[in-house]
Amino acid sequence: MSPQATTSQTVGPFFKLGLSWLYCESMVSDEVAGERVTIHGRVVDGDGVPVPDALLEVWQASSLGKYAHPDDTQDKPVEAGFPGYGRIPTDEHGVFRFVTIKPGPVPGPEGKEQAPHLVISVFMRGLLRRLVTRMYFPNDARNGADPILNLIEPARRSTLIAAAVEPPGSLEWNVILQGADETVFFDLGL
Amino acid sequence: MNSIAAYRPIGVGTQPNHLHPPYVSSIKRSPTKPLIQIPYTLSEVTGPSFESRLVSPAASDLTHQQHGDPLGERIIVSGRVLDEDDRLLSNTLIEIWQANAAGRYAHEWDQHDAPLDPNFTGCGRAITDSEGRYRFVTIRPGEYPWRNHYNAWRPAHIHFSLFGPAFATRLVTQMYFPGDPLLPVDPVFQCTADEKARNRLISVFDLETTMPMHALGYRFDIVLRGRDATPMEDK
Repeated sequence: MSPQATTSQTVGPFFKLGLSWLYCESMVSDEVAGERVTIHGRVVDGDGVPVPDALLEVWQASSLGKYAHPDDTQDKPVEAGFPGYGRIPTDEHGVFRFVTIKPGPVPGPEGKEQAPHLVISVFMRGLLRRLVTRMYFPNDARNGADPILNLIEPARRSTLIAAAVEPPGSLEWNVILQGADETVFFDLGL
Repeated sequence: MNSIAAYRPIGVGTQPNHLHPPYVSSIKRSPTKPLIQIPYTLSEVTGPSFESRLVSPAASDLTHQQHGDPLGERIIVSGRVLDEDDRLLSNTLIEIWQANAAGRYAHEWDQHDAPLDPNFTGCGRAITDSEGRYRFVTIRPGEYPWRNHYNAWRPAHIHFSLFGPAFATRLVTQMYFPGDPLLPVDPVFQCTADEKARNRLISVFDLETTMPMHALGYRFDIVLRGRDATPMEDK
């Protein structure tokens, strides 16, 4: 009998001890190509209280839409120096902030293109297993045809699309755990 | 066009629900709307690699990170990382963190009235070898009280974080110790409905990895999700 995936458990409140060595404020060095964006937002619980002990993990493609991974067999060069991974904690006000580049579009189901997006895991005390979500970019015409966004009821799609704010190049995107504006989370099994 | 092999669905009851009211923190932090089912795309079947990250062998010995020897019982925790197809996963990053022997974390938020140990940070990491193996030398963590409910105590545990080959295989879990009397009354350990799945979080005492006159050995194998054998034809 083949083994079964190990059960998930919460990160608890003290994960900083083991995980902070990979914390980053920026996912990109100066040499990396692409449009810089500074993304910030808050993680908020069901009482509207900011969560000071949450952790976001970001995975994304390069500006050409290429993942730095052997299973991405697209005929595009891997961008050296851009691993595409970021680990960002919330601060005492429940706020996270990081710099990255806007990725290019990547292939999706049925040969359809996916609009530029980040895939994001959310961890915190109180979550027995991670939450999985995505962040899309504002004012991008490709969002309308995105095969994943289109699986979501229209009224909730906006929870995954960041807002352009001042100064230029700044995006705001919040993780709302419960309530009317609850962020869309995906079922990937784990 | 593009065919992506999906990851297998998880077995019924083998993973916790987000909402588990006996674990009080889950009540205001778990989603209330149903999770949205999506197909696996290139974004989820790829993921970060840490092969190039320098993880020194010293990072897996939590008993030699400071000037002196930490207090408590030295133990060896080792095992293999594999997937649901019994494939050994090499080059996988494992990060661990834990309380010291007295049940206190070296974290500013831990207010438990137990001593800190200046010789123990409780943080380690390793990368699995070509046969999926890892090995940590550490101190057996102490049990500690928490505020979940009246007279609540966490069983001794070590937190584990793993990546595996893809975004879809990411796992954070906790390893427990055999015979711990707190396991039946711990809402975090008990959050998984399936008893066998739950019990796989309990390490096994292992004479083979026990070092004579030095340290007891515990084995903890970790299984990350596997993919369907045949790719789903997307078109």
